[in-house]
Amino acid sequence: MKYREALRAALQEEMERDATVFCVGEGIGERGGSYKVTEGLLAQFGPGRVIDTPLSEAGFVGLGAGAAIAGQRPVVEILFIDFLLQAMDQVVNQAAKYRFMSGGEGRVPLVVRTQGGTGNSLAGQHSQSLEALYYHVPGLKVVMPATPRDAKGLLKSAIRDDDPVIFIEHKLLYMTDGEVPAEDYLIPLGQADIKRSGSDVTLVAWSHMVVKSLQAAELLAAEGISTEVIDLRTLVPMDVDCVLDSVRRTGRLVIAQEAIKRGGVGSDVAAIVAERAFDHLRAPIVRVAGWNTTIPFNLGLEKASVPQVDDIVAGVRSVVQSGAAAGT
Amino acid sequence: MSEIGADLLLSMYEMTETIRRFEQQAIAQYRLGNIRGYFHPYLGEEAIAVGAMAAIEPDDYIVSTHRGHGHALAKGHEPRRMMAELFGKESGYCRGRGGSMHVASRSVRNLGANGIVGGGLAIAAGAALAIKQREGPEVVVAFCSDGSSANGIWHESMNLAAIWDLPVIFVLENNQYAVSTPIRDSARVEHLSQRAAGYGMPGVTVDGNDAAIVYGAMQEPLRRARAGEGPSLVECLTYRHGGHHVNDPGLYLPPEELQRWKAHDPLIVLRARLARAGVDEAAITLIDERVERLIDEAVEFATASPNPSVEDFLAEVATL
Repeated sequence: MKYREALRAALQEEMERDATVFCVGEGIGERGGSYKVTEGLLAQFGPGRVIDTPLSEAGFVGLGAGAAIAGQRPVVEILFIDFLLQAMDQVVNQAAKYRFMSGGEGRVPLVVRTQGGTGNSLAGQHSQSLEALYYHVPGLKVVMPATPRDAKGLLKSAIRDDDPVIFIEHKLLYMTDGEVPAEDYLIPLGQADIKRSGSDVTLVAWSHMVVKSLQAAELLAAEGISTEVIDLRTLVPMDVDCVLDSVRRTGRLVIAQEAIKRGGVGSDVAAIVAERAFDHLRAPIVRVAGWNTTIPFNLGLEKASVPQVDDIVAGVRSVVQSGAAAGT
Repeated sequence: MSEIGADLLLSMYEMTETIRRFEQQAIAQYRLGNIRGYFHPYLGEEAIAVGAMAAIEPDDYIVSTHRGHGHALAKGHEPRRMMAELFGKESGYCRGRGGSMHVASRSVRNLGANGIVGGGLAIAAGAALAIKQREGPEVVVAFCSDGSSANGIWHESMNLAAIWDLPVIFVLENNQYAVSTPIRDSARVEHLSQRAAGYGMPGVTVDGNDAAIVYGAMQEPLRRARAGEGPSLVECLTYRHGGHHVNDPGLYLPPEELQRWKAHDPLIVLRARLARAGVDEAAITLIDERVERLIDEAVEFATASPNPSVEDFLAEVATL
């Protein structure tokens, strides 16, 4: 099943299960969404639950928050995460803080589905990896699935969650294929997944970087380097224990992140490991991340602006070599 | 407008007096250092909350603003727990986590005050969408200000509510100053209600210092909303009795303008209506005494209430 079909299946199952679940966004009805995730939902559930909006991101994200507070479970689709910036007040000042500021009484079971990342030569305002902005804000959960199986199980959990969830898909993943269980299943938020076991080095990634990291791990295996690839899957809550356990076994950590390096989630992963597993490290932590730049239009420049498989291979190799050197 | 009976006038008077007394006592407590932070008094604007809330049902929702104590009290929040929240106490509506600008309660269907001007408007539209999806009979009253009408979210929310015929009544409290900037410097239209036409909804401008007029102005918008005919905008002209918040002396308010509005104070207007309805002074005195006790008791309750436990707070945040 394709990633986008898995997302659609999650929406469909949750809308069938719970009448309070509905979808709202730009061109999600008849058009089925730019990435065809909501295709067919209008025909099944009607315009009352699959709602096309004007180009009014702040308005309909806030509307989603309000509907959630009043007891519905909206899934708001934002075409590009870049556009979600127009709704920053609604996400950060309204949805994220409501539960806390109401003394714990309020609930905001809102999902904002959006997509980010490079790969299609869409330039600076349609290619960003902005998860760190939302990762930084207390009150939000942040989910970034890499596979169809995870996309479905995590979206279903996000919809059932009582807190606002920023669910970030990647534009290069929609057409990827993967096994999806036939039976009903959920993947809890806050559970990382070891996508490949290894013993020499821990490689932490999320979203499309998981795909690249698995390719890198394959190349590294040919060199005799055993790489454990951890897919965080959800950034908030983060499965810190999974990362720490792995690092305690391997003694080395590389973080592969598409977002720019400065102030990224990878920096936080590095800090957490440095604080809590420093004595287990046999080499300095390495972050393989995007350059601190606006994403360029030209495809060659775009590729150069974010980590490619070779960059991840080089990053892993460097910690294995430096670790070996330190050990001699 | 049909004539309003003495009973309704009396209950509106009691709520107006309750808000007035609450704000005055809270300001006194602020001066004593018992209340901290920002505090935007509703003094002079009480008739809007009182008139609007008298017109709606307990199950109807509201969203409120940064100047929201009056909305909360009129919607049914208890003065004692309101005061406790202003004091930052555990017994307050938000357990001391929200404060003046964030009072909310499911029990009275107040979706919340807001520290961001215009911040509640899209939330109001969303709650109205929820009502429509559930085919409920309720409406949402979205209080907003002249200041918010300059913000994009005001326009987006009005438009979304209009295109989907959502059961919202936008009650615009035009106190004529956005902090210190007069509305005449912020808008080219004579009345902000004219903007309603741009969204295809009715808009009216009324005297916001007369609770009976506000009550009357709500009737047709409520009928429309409950009939599924969509939102309306009710602009209520009013005036603050002072600066933007308790520490703003409001020196930019022209004294003669302030005096003119103070002469048209919501309490004065209601007293005149009560006199015309034949209500005697003794009934009013009785209310005044009852309200005084209620608010004194609220201050006592807030004073005696414990602060939130730091240990509990740290235990909570450790799990987030």
